[in-house]
Amino acid sequence: MEAFLDDWGLTLVTFVPLVGALVMMATPKEEESAHKMIALGTSLIAAVFGVLLLFNFDYGDAGALQFVVDKEWINVINSRYIVALDGISLPLLILTLGVVPLCIIYSFGHFPEPHNPKAFLSLILVLETGMIGSFIAQDLILFFVFFEVVLLPMFFLIGVWGGDDRRYASLKFFLYTLFGSALMLVSFLALFFLADGTNSTMAGDVVSATERTFDMRLLSTGATAGIARSAQLWVFGGMFIGFGVKVPMFPFHTWLPDAHTQAPTVGSVILAAVLLKLGTYGFVRIAIPFLPEAAAAWAPVIGLLAVIGIIYGALGCLAQTDMKRLIAFSSVAHMGFVMLGISTLTDFGINAAIFGMVAHGLITGMLFFVAGSMKDRYHTLDMGRLGGLLLQAPKLGWILAFAAMASLGLPGLAGFWGEFPAILASYNPAAILNESVWRAFMVVAALGTVLAAGYLLWMVQKTAFGNPTEEFANDPHIRDVSKFEWISWSPFLVLIVVFGFYPNAIFNLTDDAVIGSLEVESVVVLNIDGDPIEVVNANGDVITVANSSGCLEQEDGIDCFNNNRIKAERAAAERLASLETASGN
Amino acid sequence: MLAALLQQADFVRPDIDWHALAPELTLLAVGALVTLIDVVFLEKGRKISPTIAGLGLLTVLIPIITLAVDGVASNPRQAFAGSDVYVVDGYSLILKALFVLIGYMVVLMSTDYIGEGDYWESEYYGMLISSLLGMVVMASARDLITVFVALELLSIPAYLMATWRKRDIRSNEAGLKYYLNGVFASALMLYGMSLLFGVTGSTVLSEINAGLGDGTASKPIVSLGVVLVIVGFAFKVSAVPFHLWAPDTYEGSPTPVAAFLAVAAKSAGFVALMNLIFVGFWSQNEIYGPALWILAALSMTIGNLTALRQENLVRLMAYSGVAQAGFMLAALSVAGESLDVAQTSVSAVVTYLIIYAAMNLGAFSVILSVSRRTRTAHIRSFNGLFQWSPALAIIMTVFLASLAGIPPMGGWFAKFGVFSALIEADVWWAYVLATLAAVNTVIAFGYYGKLASRMWFEDAPTEFETTPIRLPFALQSALVITATATIAFGVYPGMITHFSDIDVPGVAAAVGG
Repeated sequence: MEAFLDDWGLTLVTFVPLVGALVMMATPKEEESAHKMIALGTSLIAAVFGVLLLFNFDYGDAGALQFVVDKEWINVINSRYIVALDGISLPLLILTLGVVPLCIIYSFGHFPEPHNPKAFLSLILVLETGMIGSFIAQDLILFFVFFEVVLLPMFFLIGVWGGDDRRYASLKFFLYTLFGSALMLVSFLALFFLADGTNSTMAGDVVSATERTFDMRLLSTGATAGIARSAQLWVFGGMFIGFGVKVPMFPFHTWLPDAHTQAPTVGSVILAAVLLKLGTYGFVRIAIPFLPEAAAAWAPVIGLLAVIGIIYGALGCLAQTDMKRLIAFSSVAHMGFVMLGISTLTDFGINAAIFGMVAHGLITGMLFFVAGSMKDRYHTLDMGRLGGLLLQAPKLGWILAFAAMASLGLPGLAGFWGEFPAILASYNPAAILNESVWRAFMVVAALGTVLAAGYLLWMVQKTAFGNPTEEFANDPHIRDVSKFEWISWSPFLVLIVVFGFYPNAIFNLTDDAVIGSLEVESVVVLNIDGDPIEVVNANGDVITVANSSGCLEQEDGIDCFNNNRIKAERAAAERLASLETASGN
Repeated sequence: MLAALLQQADFVRPDIDWHALAPELTLLAVGALVTLIDVVFLEKGRKISPTIAGLGLLTVLIPIITLAVDGVASNPRQAFAGSDVYVVDGYSLILKALFVLIGYMVVLMSTDYIGEGDYWESEYYGMLISSLLGMVVMASARDLITVFVALELLSIPAYLMATWRKRDIRSNEAGLKYYLNGVFASALMLYGMSLLFGVTGSTVLSEINAGLGDGTASKPIVSLGVVLVIVGFAFKVSAVPFHLWAPDTYEGSPTPVAAFLAVAAKSAGFVALMNLIFVGFWSQNEIYGPALWILAALSMTIGNLTALRQENLVRLMAYSGVAQAGFMLAALSVAGESLDVAQTSVSAVVTYLIIYAAMNLGAFSVILSVSRRTRTAHIRSFNGLFQWSPALAIIMTVFLASLAGIPPMGGWFAKFGVFSALIEADVWWAYVLATLAAVNTVIAFGYYGKLASRMWFEDAPTEFETTPIRLPFALQSALVITATATIAFGVYPGMITHFSDIDVPGVAAAVGG
């Protein structure tokens, strides 16, 4: 069994939903219940494999890649089918595997117009394959393909089953993301030609350790060390836009409120719970470990845009009258906290970011579910016309209040552990970064939490408190939580509490992998022009870089080592020493 | 004078490698057979001529395969012993196979279209096959005269095919425009060729390269010659600013012919360009590099921007084809940087041509299928297609996604190849072009996505019956083959790169960077 899981587990988890979608395409459109069963069945089979992986995962070694499959794919460009799982991927994989079947169950009770379960459910299954694949791919091109597979199903989900402005929203969503991913692809290619896979410390362990490589294992362990600093900055910039659009970071966020507002409920939930995480995951898995020096140079920009996003998102929320649009803007703010955590470049901050991704997925997903169910009942989400939900549908009202509390970061619920550590981490960013800048970010972010409490409570007050408006006072459609809703929502509610009380469930999992991803695997020696002249990897091997002009001021060695990593290491050592003297006194 | 004549009388026929020429000869035989059937059986022959043409084209694959098995890829053959005029290597072989397969798909698309209309059926297939013969010859042509003969052999039947809807004034206009533009391009090209011949004293491309490379030739004349020849082919591949004929011609021609022009004729233009660049002009990077760069940048941008405003699907496909040609030109524009880049760039263009053929022929087949019902190619006729003919809508979505370059459809790998050639070149203008190409990918989705959203998001129109469309078998096969190929190429690109990862033809390979 274990050997089978090692070889096939991840592949099956990824492609079982796709097989389901193909079976559905071959089934006649009229067989609606068959379609529902196939969709639910295949997504549950995938989830079962996910649980098996969860049980067979070696938690003692969560920092290492497990269940690795490495097979030939596109030989000419050395791109391989490499999938693997580690502590960073696992929580996101399980989140995806859980959210999709729950969304399918929810949709049984609420098929959006124009009905057509066959197309709707098969698109969700294709979407699932794309999302899972992105989280487990360990080859840049494979990652890119999965990352893009997600686009079309979402485009159609919004465009066919969405609200009145769906055409505009779906096209906007698509064009923004496509722009980002085109630049991302250019960056990936630049890495392919600039990096040298044989410099990696893992070169000996990996079959395909050739000079030009798309293998993420090699690229994150020193293969990129010989790239000139200016090139690194450009390459990072391309990836920054690619992932930043997906997150979305201010100022690339404008597609999100439209997409969320127009998407059908299930689409919004998947978008919030999983799709946005592809962007942040890209930062954690690809951009930062590949190009740590460029990441350090870009970090102030990331941090600044993150806090702008926090405040802008919050202010945006306060200006909304539509409940779904408000939740969408709150997503911008919450993803701001995640990006702030990432921008600190510390293991603490990135752990917080990953927790924030999962928490945001559960909580905002839940909020979108409630908003969707309210839309079904009231046929409007205009907060001016709503009110008194607690009187008319008390359970639904309490669930809304609960999710809002979790979203504003109430301690004891999952949201707290996404926001608070991110703020805390910016008190103490990586040694290489300017401490006072991040402390300023921290203050602004903390203000953001106050605003968050403001808009969320305002939303609950507007919709749930008070008396029902005359328009809906005696409306028989306003019923309480239905069977399908209970089934699909209870796992969300339970997990929000569980992770709130026991955040270590995720922190323990991600910690090793995060530390590993931030580890300095090799050191580049630069001359004073900033060109690399030699690379020293973790084994102490010195690799001379060809065509270098040599080090011009060898004598004191300072200018030769004009390198951020070394600066970082020195700064860290100095701080440690100063702390020791302080505690000695 | 007399001595010269006597000398010519001593002409000895060089040894001919009949095996190397077998694909061309088979194709010639098939064309003759189709024409003969028409002459002998008259009207009775109409029914079988598409079948004969289709099967005949497939038989041409046999000598191509035997040549491949013979190891031509690693061991190029000269058709005429001791002369570089006509070379059969891995590069030309894969392109010959591509042309023959495109021809087969066009036959499948034409079968019912031509059969049901009031057309001359047998002549149509005869024309198609002789045009294909020109293309197949082009793949091996390494000599200015051969290139020119191949070009005219493929163009002249195509002019006629464009006017095949004889009683439709638009079809006449299409043919006439195509003809006038084509002749103008030929004239420019011939002028350029004569300059190059004058400077180097040879029509054989490898000797031209040697003549140009030694630095004694007059730079302005060489530049003029190279640029004029490139401009001539820029007409053929419909690169901006020489693209204006394409939308009108495609719109007026019968739809299968438009597909043939958009795919096969364009590919032939690229093949000729590659032959010239890699064999004849290799040393002249500073001339053809910038020229192709400009053509590429303009074609991508203007093609895409103009396509955004098209209301007619065939015109939209024409401008989309202009933009796609821009992508291929982009890969060629950096080819001269080094031999490694040239290698990547040849593979990229050949890969692009293969994938482009599958997805573009597919898109044209869908347009053809829908217009069988709607009798129009207006973009509105696709409204709500998902509701009334979901299978066609899904297949068209596959092609549109592929054209837009979205994985996992084949198009992404075609674009990927272009990007990798540009980035491998590692010069600033290549990066600029790569960024421009990235931006253009987004613009292109503006119209591909809009068409997709018409099919999926709009309500069905009321002007015509909206019951599911029933298609004849030949068209169904065309759709299934192209859709399968488009998806398979994207999911497992290895199946193309196995063929398209070929050595740079001719001189470039021998001379090196």
